[in-house]
Amino acid sequence: MSDPIIVAEDVHKWFGPFHALRGVSLSVSRGEVVVICGPSGSGKSTFIRTINRLEEHQRGRILVDGIELTNDLKNIEAIRREIGMVFQQFNLFPHLTVLQNITLAPIWVRKMRRSEAEKLAMELLERVGIPEQAHKYPGQLSGGQQQRVAIARALAMQPKIMLFDEPTSALDPEMIKEVLDVMGELAESGMTMIVITHEMGFAREVADRIAFFDEGRIVESAEPVEFFTQPKHERTKLFLSQILHH
Amino acid sequence: MLPPPTVRVGPIRWLKENLFSTWYNTLLTFLALAFIYAVLKGVLAWALTQADWAVIPPNLKLLLVGFYPQGELWRIWIGLYLILGLVGLSAGIWGKLLRDAVVLIGSAVILLGLVLWLTNWGELLWLTGLAVTMFGGIGLGWLVRSKLGSPKSWKRSLMVLWLLAPVLVILLLTGAPGILTSVPTTQWGGLLLTYALAIVSIFLSFPLGVLLALGRRSALPVIRWFSIGYIEVIRGVPLITVLFMASLMLPLFLPSSWRVDHVIRAITAFTLFTAAYVAENVRGGLQAVPYGHIDAARALGLNPLLTTALIVLPQALRAVIPANVGQFISLFKDTSLVFIVPLLDFLGIALDVIKDPKWGGPASEMLLFVALMYWMFTYFMSHMSRRLEKALGVGER
Repeated sequence: MSDPIIVAEDVHKWFGPFHALRGVSLSVSRGEVVVICGPSGSGKSTFIRTINRLEEHQRGRILVDGIELTNDLKNIEAIRREIGMVFQQFNLFPHLTVLQNITLAPIWVRKMRRSEAEKLAMELLERVGIPEQAHKYPGQLSGGQQQRVAIARALAMQPKIMLFDEPTSALDPEMIKEVLDVMGELAESGMTMIVITHEMGFAREVADRIAFFDEGRIVESAEPVEFFTQPKHERTKLFLSQILHH
Repeated sequence: MLPPPTVRVGPIRWLKENLFSTWYNTLLTFLALAFIYAVLKGVLAWALTQADWAVIPPNLKLLLVGFYPQGELWRIWIGLYLILGLVGLSAGIWGKLLRDAVVLIGSAVILLGLVLWLTNWGELLWLTGLAVTMFGGIGLGWLVRSKLGSPKSWKRSLMVLWLLAPVLVILLLTGAPGILTSVPTTQWGGLLLTYALAIVSIFLSFPLGVLLALGRRSALPVIRWFSIGYIEVIRGVPLITVLFMASLMLPLFLPSSWRVDHVIRAITAFTLFTAAYVAENVRGGLQAVPYGHIDAARALGLNPLLTTALIVLPQALRAVIPANVGQFISLFKDTSLVFIVPLLDFLGIALDVIKDPKWGGPASEMLLFVALMYWMFTYFMSHMSRRLEKALGVGER
């Protein structure tokens, strides 16, 4: 695969004196699904948050769809429109109904007409399997349903790229599958995705590539089969032995 | 599926469960009853036999509107008709939330009617008309709602009317050149002045407070430091000082040709003072909004202005309704400090009446009446705020 849509070159980030990202380079092709895993505090989350500039990087270069991320507000807003993001804590807006959560950005950012946005929202709710919840508030939904709404909300902006920041870590075991199914279906439809997850089954089946983070660096990056059967780095082997044989 | 069990609690069962469940509860119930009886007996005996309420009816006009010219009183009535007609109409169309307001205002009107009944037929007629207008408004609103399903166009024009109403009322009360003779605010007084000061100050201080709260969290140092400075200075000064500054010292700083009305000076002081407190309340609410919601809004491409207006403020303001209403209630009562300006508000006039040797004596009756009127309005505010919280809290349980 060529034609990269995301290119990160030697990205560095400090939080005060703490060096969180220490030269991360990653290139993602159109339609590729990259799973990122690694111990907590290794910089996975910080890295994907630099891709839509929720965090600013301090050295290196990030290009998304040919646009370089700089302090230029116009660029940042243009890029955020192309990137959908799903969070561990869902982050749905509790004062708005499910339908209003999904139509908010299309109406205010894309300037879509309300009727059109609602039609789109209903299609997306259909796609994630909960059209009957449209008029409820997020607080009335289960965790799995909330996360599916969050996915629909991100998709409503018709993004080219989707970022997932541990989308199933806050869910009960029974609800994890319903969210992973939606994500799998999304990957099949050709969406470019970067997914931070510890669901190794998902990584094995859906990912095109797995990148392993440790101490602010990508230690190892390989196709799933190779990653699981012949990990090269000692740190990767340790991580896999802990996560697969507990 | 099994339906939930129906639980019926009759009055006797309720009494048994809540008041006589154990021997000591029974004992406490009887003790409490004895205490209530002792207190109520004294108060009622005094209020109905000993107390001399004669001081209130002849001074009622003075207490309610101060020195507003007798011949121009109809303007206040028309203003009231406008507002209560709107309240009724809105209650009919929106239902629930405002229906409570109608019940409370209705009881106040009836109470006032009872007092007036003893005195003045003309005013009683106006008052009856007022009740008819309000309930007529409800009827009309209800009719529209049931026949047309409360269409958006009605709601929108009602909103516009609500925005226009304050301007109209102020014009009515002060007078418009060429159409209505002017009534200078020096002739205002009593409850009219108290309400005017409180309501205008509340509606001005709220947006100002929200702006200050946002300013205090601004990324721009100039705005942030100005907001912090303003809030801390105002909160460090007693209200009476601010009032004094606004009324006595402000004219010294302004060109002598600028004559700022005394009522406007007082409103300025109350607004500036309350805004600082509202700002701190709202800041508490802003801090309660999880940072993840802001991340989510930014990730969706919402700019900072839209994020604040659509995501942060609606959540923050709802969370601080109780604190802000508390602030407004205290503002309402603090308007009685205008005696230093000097303006004669409700309490000021009551105190003046008591001082008059003609009425010498019945001070407690007058003060009780004043307290009751203050209480009615503050209770109205706190009750409505609780209803508002409930109405806005949908889906958060």
